[in-house]
Amino acid sequence: MERSDEKVKVVGTWSSQFVMRARIALNIKSVSYEFHQERLWEGKSELLLRSNPAQKKVPVLIHGGKPICESFNIVEYVDEVWSSAPSILPSDPKERATARFLAAYLDEKWFPSMRTVGYPQGEDARKAAIAQLEKGLVLLEEAFVNYSKGKSFFGGDQIGYLDIAFGSYLGWLRVAEKMSEIKLLSEAKTPRLLQWADSFSSHAAVKDVMPDTEKLADFGVRAKILKATATPKL
Amino acid sequence: MAAEEVKLLKTWSSRFGLRVVWALKLKGIQYDAIDEDLSNKSALLLQYNPVYKKVPVLVHNGKPISESLVILEYIDETWKQNPILPEDPLEKARERFWAKFNDEKLLPSIWGAFTKEGKEREEAIAAAVENLKFVEEELKGKKFFGGEKIGLADLAFGWLAYLICVFDEVTGFKIVDERYPLLLAWMQEFSQLPIAKDNCPPHDKLVIKYQALYEKLHPAK
Repeated sequence: MERSDEKVKVVGTWSSQFVMRARIALNIKSVSYEFHQERLWEGKSELLLRSNPAQKKVPVLIHGGKPICESFNIVEYVDEVWSSAPSILPSDPKERATARFLAAYLDEKWFPSMRTVGYPQGEDARKAAIAQLEKGLVLLEEAFVNYSKGKSFFGGDQIGYLDIAFGSYLGWLRVAEKMSEIKLLSEAKTPRLLQWADSFSSHAAVKDVMPDTEKLADFGVRAKILKATATPKL
Repeated sequence: MAAEEVKLLKTWSSRFGLRVVWALKLKGIQYDAIDEDLSNKSALLLQYNPVYKKVPVLVHNGKPISESLVILEYIDETWKQNPILPEDPLEKARERFWAKFNDEKLLPSIWGAFTKEGKEREEAIAAAVENLKFVEEELKGKKFFGGEKIGLADLAFGWLAYLICVFDEVTGFKIVDERYPLLLAWMQEFSQLPIAKDNCPPHDKLVIKYQALYEKLHPAK
């Protein structure tokens, strides 16, 4: 059997931006998969603990029984296995490096600030977080202008790696805008990104996996409450 | 072929810079090393890595690339000899996973054991023990994380081969002990590789540096 014909399963949750990336990548390639929804408040499933013992985190892609972990790892794996068009990563090594760099930046530096804006711990922290977010958005608006070359997505005509990396955060971005009553994406400061956000959200590969803002906001509040009372893990 | 210009901004002791040096040496790529003083960052560093202002930065024909794992993948895609990633997508995914596991879990936990005190230190040690268990498991039946030859994951874990003994000496506490025979064997194998032997920071200089840091973080009561 061809590798690409083997059974595909995604272990994840509806709320996770990381899980969303895996699902969008599979959708772009028109790959059917079984979605195993983790029960958010009931502890991790046997399947998850078995397939990702080192980190015990979602998403996990299970392909022909073999697990692949880490959201960007999964996106690259999907791009490599189902290598017929459309491509998710750009072909030029320098563009690939920039895409990977920005994707890592979003996870490590940018998103932590988003959490502070949505669920702030004091006004100073909130202001610093907003400044950090806006700085990142300037970077992304610039990247968009450079990479889209006048087309609808970072990937040009098609959704690509950066679209997935940043687009998976749109749910939380809208929650942060709602909770803090500020506009992060605006006509004045990020006109191209504002337009892109709509195109991305309504894309066939995305619309069924983009979480509802209200539902995500409620989940965020509940998750934060749980986090505050949980005992620290080793 | 047009003349290649490769520069690497790093420091003499940077773990992340060193993995890039190893990759460049492995592929036989000529480059200019620029050692930064992080207490006085150069205009060049700030220009090339405005987002993080950190080393390493690889500059290839004037274009900068930052973040060590991103740099390693770029090097592998640009210079095809002696590949650090395998062709097979599943194997590639495995290498990438373990490289990231080092950066996000193992290294921070061992660093926490070195830098923290009291309860935080106990928690870091416990996390390190748990993480080391998984790393040990991954080495079963293999000489290197990459199999018979080193790959991305080996380069990521490579800091263990020369720095753990420094931490042991400075703290008097052995974190990678006989519970991890495969990892200890791997550390030996890795340190014997020509790229590692010829390109590790001097042990004595590292001991001085980390001793000073340790004393600063844990002043004698």
